[in-house]
Amino acid sequence: MCDTCGCSADGGAVLRKPGLSDYHVHVTQSSGHGDHHHHETGHDHEHHHHHEKKSRTIALEQDVLQKNNLLAERNRGYFEARNIFALNFLSSPGSGKTSLLEKIIPALQQHIPVAVIEGDQQTTNDADRIHALGVPVIQINTGSGCHLDALMVHSAVKELELHDNSLLCIENVGNLVCPAMFDLGEALKVVIISVTEGDDKPLKYPTMFHEADICILNKIDLLPYVDFDAQKCRENALRVNHHLEWFEVSAKTGVGLPLLQEWITTKLKQR
Amino acid sequence: MHEMSIALSIVEAVEAKAREEGAGSISGIDLVIGKLAGIEPQSLKFCFSAAAKGTLAEEALLQVEEPEGMGECGECGRMFPVSFYYAECPDCRSLRVKIVSGEEFLIQSITIEE
Repeated sequence: MCDTCGCSADGGAVLRKPGLSDYHVHVTQSSGHGDHHHHETGHDHEHHHHHEKKSRTIALEQDVLQKNNLLAERNRGYFEARNIFALNFLSSPGSGKTSLLEKIIPALQQHIPVAVIEGDQQTTNDADRIHALGVPVIQINTGSGCHLDALMVHSAVKELELHDNSLLCIENVGNLVCPAMFDLGEALKVVIISVTEGDDKPLKYPTMFHEADICILNKIDLLPYVDFDAQKCRENALRVNHHLEWFEVSAKTGVGLPLLQEWITTKLKQR
Repeated sequence: MHEMSIALSIVEAVEAKAREEGAGSISGIDLVIGKLAGIEPQSLKFCFSAAAKGTLAEEALLQVEEPEGMGECGECGRMFPVSFYYAECPDCRSLRVKIVSGEEFLIQSITIEE
């Protein structure tokens, strides 16, 4: 049971807004994840065991992720129709996704309205930080979930007042594995790694780097103090995905950010 | 642990189909999980038993077919087995390799009991 409103949405994702402690919306769909507990009513199927059972095989040939993918395409169509450029930011926890957004959003806002969807298991800490920049933001708390999915984004978008011709930054749950499999309807996937991680990360978590369009190496101001070979990391990332756009930045000092911002604004103009 | 949410979506999909067919229960589910699909079949099976509890698929046996990864060289066109997203063409050493199979993730069929 939800301890905020007392409803029975067990463990489902919840949307929250900074500064509005009463605001929360459960992410639900009539046949969504939370709906799998079918309580058999009426006939007990034990009875059937006494009769001769007829079994048959039915072909499905259905993509397991079909439901998510269909919903992601709906999101994508909505974004395209309103000319909203959606970026899905992915990384392990602590690589600096939120800090990076805090730095680039003020600069990007001079060209285009920006909105943010924040994904975390708990708290509105990240949404609070983005809210402080004065941009519309909504927090998705996934509860036990390790990734955002298209339904959560679909619900969040309904609660956000998005402008036409705008940029939507979706910050996924910090996790280099699971979010790679779930299309949200974004235009591009942006993977972030930091120099305090290993330079073999692209090889250890190839799925994420394979799915991404852009890779940003963050915290390069710390390079002199850590055992991290940026060149090698870039080579590893490009081995997994030779279409990756590569950027090296420090969200803290701002080095490398103008190049990244310029790349994003060029992409915005090209649409 | 994305295997859990995936197990739930499998249960949801097979239950919907089984109900449509008027089944009393589901006794078998055949899945195709390519070696490059990013899904751990063992972990999925583990999650599945929890996800299927109290559903028509509770007793279902999961059969998993795991096709090998295959790559196609973007330079010389050679097809060869790959075990990872990055691969080198054994003929021309090119790294421009396109994955052509091994990423499948399908519910192939279900066996239902009436």
